[in-house]
Amino acid sequence: MAKGRVTVREEFCKSCGLCVEACPKKTLRIADHLNPKGHRPVEQFKPDDCVGCAMCARICPDVVLTVYKID
Amino acid sequence: MSETQVFGMPKVWKSEVHTHYCPGCTHGIAHRLVCEAIEELGIQNRTMALAPVGCAVFMHQYLDIDMMEAAHGRAPATATGMKTVRADKIVFTYQGDGDLASIGMGEIVHAMNRSLPLTVIFINNAIYGMTGGQMAPTTLLGQKSTTSPTGRDAKVNGYPIRVSELLATLAGPAYIERVALTSPKYIIKAKQAILKAFKNQVENKGVSFVECLSTCPTNWGKRPVDACKWLEETMMPYYPLGVLKDFE
Repeated sequence: MAKGRVTVREEFCKSCGLCVEACPKKTLRIADHLNPKGHRPVEQFKPDDCVGCAMCARICPDVVLTVYKID
Repeated sequence: MSETQVFGMPKVWKSEVHTHYCPGCTHGIAHRLVCEAIEELGIQNRTMALAPVGCAVFMHQYLDIDMMEAAHGRAPATATGMKTVRADKIVFTYQGDGDLASIGMGEIVHAMNRSLPLTVIFINNAIYGMTGGQMAPTTLLGQKSTTSPTGRDAKVNGYPIRVSELLATLAGPAYIERVALTSPKYIIKAKQAILKAFKNQVENKGVSFVECLSTCPTNWGKRPVDACKWLEETMMPYYPLGVLKDFE
């Protein structure tokens, strides 16, 4: 099964949580630390479960996420 | 082991600019879909756009294309002028419901009826966003806003306007579709609709209109995820999704 990887542009994240809800494998969560704008950015806490479906990136209103597929 | 990028930032989006939108506002998704459509069709160098008055008023700072600001609701009239003198350019307007359905209702009806090859992206979030949550023509019956604190009453305020259905009664428009921006499955369909709306203009097929059901978490007083659920449960039954007019 193809695996995926997600990178986050943390300083642009507004902590809305839409990607956390959209992820079918629930690999994302809101982090504890703050970014320079005062929001808690999203982070991938279960990278092994990511399949690279890009659902999170499709719903992100701020183009924070970049998705890679690992073959 | 090799790695391929399956989703990244469109080139038309100015990547180093912070948008001023509230967290969870679906304006960003609509902007991105427009960027992706422009990039896929390779029309970045000949696209001109009109930003509305409303939350998307600073849109010209986020997209790397030529943009102009029209007076409130007058974007279709200005776009008609642009397209008339520069027929080789791709012209689109991006308008909210307070802009298009309220003060700009006359302009959009006549622009659609004239059917010059234009693209209109209409963001319907059932409320005035920028000015602080007043009642819009698209506000649902019973929905609370700062100017209808007990909920919209049909006897006092009339019924919410279904703009796409209204415009679909005209003979002029080439393509009218209503889409939503609340979950990946709707966003994929919205992407196809916006791409088609731009493609129609590239092929000179008349005016295309895409209504995007959008959320306003701040003025609805909901969390972004709850706002998406509220839209799907409450707004979608009144504003059904689908193609309302297609010339083909």
